[in-house]
Amino acid sequence: MWLRGQNINTPPLLAIFLISSLTLAYEVLLTRLLSIIQWHHFAYMIISIALLGYGASGSYLTVFQNSLIKSFNRNFIINICLFSLSSIVCFLLAQQLPFNPLELFWDDTQWLWLLCLYFLLILPFFFSANCIGLVFLCYKNKINGAYAADLCGAALGALVIIVFLYWLFPLDILRIIVTAGGVLVTFMVIRQKLNRKVLVLGFVTISFPWVLPNAWLQLNSSEYKPLNQTRQIIDVRVVNEKNGPLGLVSVVESPTIPFRYAPGLSLTNLVEPAKQLAMFSDGDGMSTITQFNGDVSTLSYLGNMTSALPYKIQKEPSVLILGASGGADVLQALYHSAKTIEAVELNKQVVALVKNEYSDFSGDIYNRDDVHIHVAEARSFLETTDQRYDLIQMALMDSYAASSAGLYALNESYLYTVEAMTLYLQRLTDNGVLALTRWIKLPPRDTLKLLATAKQSLWERGISNPERHIALIRSWNTATLLIKRNPLSVSDIQNIIKFCRVHSFDVAYHPNISEHDTNRHNILPQRYYFEGAKAILSSQAEQYFDHYKYDLRPATDDKPYFFNFLKWEFLPEIVNLPANQGLSLIEWGSIVLVLTLFQALFASLLFILLPLWFYYRRQNNKTTTGHLKLFIICYFTLLGAAFMFIEIAFIQKFILFLSHPTYAIAVVLTGFLFSAGIGSLTSKRWSMLRSIQISISGICICIVIYLAFLSNIFQWLISVNEIGKIILSLLIIFPLAFFMGIPFPLGLNLLGKKSPSTIPWAWGINGCASVVSAIAATLVALNFGFTIVIVMALVFYLLSGLLFLRNYSH
Amino acid sequence: MVHSSIRTNVLIIVFLTLFPISLACANDYSSARKTMLNEIQLDVKRTGFLTGKESLDVQVANAINKVPRHLFVRPGDEKYAYENRPLRIGYGQTISQPYIVAIMTELLNVKADDKVLEIGTGSGYQAAILSVLAKNVFTIEIIEPLAKQARTRLSRMKFDNVQVRLADGYYGWQEEAPFDAIIVTAAATHIPTPLLEQLKPGGKMIIPVGGQFFTQQLMLIEKLNDGTVSTRQILPVSFVPLTGAH
Repeated sequence: MWLRGQNINTPPLLAIFLISSLTLAYEVLLTRLLSIIQWHHFAYMIISIALLGYGASGSYLTVFQNSLIKSFNRNFIINICLFSLSSIVCFLLAQQLPFNPLELFWDDTQWLWLLCLYFLLILPFFFSANCIGLVFLCYKNKINGAYAADLCGAALGALVIIVFLYWLFPLDILRIIVTAGGVLVTFMVIRQKLNRKVLVLGFVTISFPWVLPNAWLQLNSSEYKPLNQTRQIIDVRVVNEKNGPLGLVSVVESPTIPFRYAPGLSLTNLVEPAKQLAMFSDGDGMSTITQFNGDVSTLSYLGNMTSALPYKIQKEPSVLILGASGGADVLQALYHSAKTIEAVELNKQVVALVKNEYSDFSGDIYNRDDVHIHVAEARSFLETTDQRYDLIQMALMDSYAASSAGLYALNESYLYTVEAMTLYLQRLTDNGVLALTRWIKLPPRDTLKLLATAKQSLWERGISNPERHIALIRSWNTATLLIKRNPLSVSDIQNIIKFCRVHSFDVAYHPNISEHDTNRHNILPQRYYFEGAKAILSSQAEQYFDHYKYDLRPATDDKPYFFNFLKWEFLPEIVNLPANQGLSLIEWGSIVLVLTLFQALFASLLFILLPLWFYYRRQNNKTTTGHLKLFIICYFTLLGAAFMFIEIAFIQKFILFLSHPTYAIAVVLTGFLFSAGIGSLTSKRWSMLRSIQISISGICICIVIYLAFLSNIFQWLISVNEIGKIILSLLIIFPLAFFMGIPFPLGLNLLGKKSPSTIPWAWGINGCASVVSAIAATLVALNFGFTIVIVMALVFYLLSGLLFLRNYSH
Repeated sequence: MVHSSIRTNVLIIVFLTLFPISLACANDYSSARKTMLNEIQLDVKRTGFLTGKESLDVQVANAINKVPRHLFVRPGDEKYAYENRPLRIGYGQTISQPYIVAIMTELLNVKADDKVLEIGTGSGYQAAILSVLAKNVFTIEIIEPLAKQARTRLSRMKFDNVQVRLADGYYGWQEEAPFDAIIVTAAATHIPTPLLEQLKPGGKMIIPVGGQFFTQQLMLIEKLNDGTVSTRQILPVSFVPLTGAH
């Protein structure tokens, strides 16, 4: 009785707006939390987990709709409470699961823990979706407004969370989300004029996260993350932490056992590396801040690494360092008497640490007159400058652990595409050199792929003999690729050979190399690098790519998955290797994607389609004809797939423009959801026929324009500042998303007239399609590129339009 | 008198009951160890191009057959001890996959009067294997609880020719140098110069490279008689050739 309250004829739009904003904020926050406690490619699964919760909600609402509608107030408020409380409780519980992704192929029980993780993380989204679905059920004639409030709220949530992540730690934001849910409950009680006793629910929810013991509210990250492994060493402690949307940066000191981080250091080196502090981003990706007292002679070990190679052919160069991090490459440049040093680093927290808190320790390197540090994304920086450099240095921009496990395979990277390489070469002086250092992986993949990319870029610059412009050397764990704008001279080659001889590095390739010069110090079973370089730089490159067991073809901006080396046809061979020997050869990112797809399909069937099938069988609903059922399945599946394909493709495209995945996700989600909400609201004024005609035509025209001009638009606008880019991105997205917001509520309106009881079913099917499509879109992009993803979405929308017209005329 | 005879009878009954059970357990582990060894031998045969041999050296095989791996894993994990896989041991570390342990031991070519240094004791299993083959094993660990556990475990199991030290492994074990063989299982971005200096001419060093659960490659370093160093990078997988048969 106490939750009956007053009947309200208008849906609680503000409540929907707020619950949607909290839900999407939670979704983005969860990606950050999972990146910290696990690895970022599991965070990628959050999108499908959220949609799974929504889909399961559709099933639940369908099966129990009659009783749920009768007690709208009670169910609405209880679900807000449950969303708020489960958002924190489920995450804290999920942390306690003994889930270790590294053991997935060693220990079958890990799959069970992964399913438990899924189940726990789905719950908050399930409760939140119940709130919204209930409104759709109870206010069938006002779906447009409710849908608009849902989308606009979600848009705000995505934007606000990014701002919060700059100022607050993730767990503090989680507390705020729970508290805000409690405030919403309180608001609803007052709005619906319910019994004041119900306010207890609100107060409990508001206070819950603040009364939990602090010991419970700690991030419990995997013991196998490098930060946690480092913390096991005696006397190691975390001395500083800074949080931002790009990651949680932890600074660690080890007074008893120094870090001595010096990748690619020669076997003949006699100098111990300088004292260092370690920096981890989300507990991974170790880099260092090196102690420097201004005396470069203490840095002599930096001259004994493969990354020092370019300084042997460039004397006192003007240097640009991409991915400066803690400043080790800057120190290397100082040691080699670089004339000027410009350094680019994406993470402003990292730069702030070196410039401010650790300025004394680091010798104030980022405040020196001859060093200019820029907080920017590498490509954006290069697009906006006309400066040319004698040396562009990119060394070890990924952590060894993540690199070796192939965890980056899902990561788009615009740093290693043909277009990127071409840009780097454009920014070199005539005799300038581009130096790329990467971890060695056996069998070789990244270095050879980079070499292939370099060749392609040189060709596109009109250079007909790229093999004269390239050199490659390696130690036992790093390889440095040199690409010179002009052909390498005889003295360049002699200097390279001498450098390698002194430091016991191996020359894998230079223009005059012969086979017996290779594989002398760090001996491989086969001259992989030499043979690979020769083949790629010859006219037989295509045959070599075809036959090589990893994908070495260059990445492009349309298919920027540089780290995707997996060739599916060789997977059975790898999997069948005994004693799981193949595990070290597999690029995990792609495998995780496929497994996530199967899991999502299975979970969708279990949580969404199966309950609905049983329900409709029991109902033996004669008002819903076979024709209508087919329409519902096809129309809402196509819409779910089309929306996600476009959204995922745009997120990837905008990563280049906006510099980082976190910004791209937030801005694209905000833009799409808000604009689609406006579209949904606007379409109320039109008839159904007009609405579908306008929306599908608008979508098609916008997609064609974007395919033709989006890259050029990005090029023109690349020099705009961060805030400007965000605003422009929202404006670019608006037209397409506006039209995309129309078909879904239109379909629900049609069902509202023909068969209202099938609305939740349609909602569920759409959720299921969205879950699967979120992953399928990335798989298609990995293999065929974004253009194909967008074209497929266009086809889906056209088909859905035709289906609607056909069904409407019936 | 009656009470003491009843007590004695109970003790006898308990002993007679437990003895076959413990014997059965010991036999189970023993037979599991043999099975594991057979599996390793098959893998070694498949990757014979790495060692140039079709099977493990008899001494190495005996060492693997002798050392009870189940006593080096966490309580509760004993049933997994003889599976050919790495296992968690806590503190973010693992006990290596037996196949990898076997290959590394094989490649080190340890002799009965050798002195061996290990950097990264972990559970102590590798040190135990080496102690069966060598005269003395010196092992260094930087994680205090692991060092203590390994020391206690190895002492309890009477691997008396193993010394465990909690220290910075970068400088090796200067007072016992030089060493005939060195194994470095602790992750490092470069090979410490002091360790190279403490390797005898003609000696070998081996370093597994990769994450905790995957060994990407084995790095075998040989110090020649003139003091120069050569390295060999080995993929411990039978995945060749690199180009598919088209």
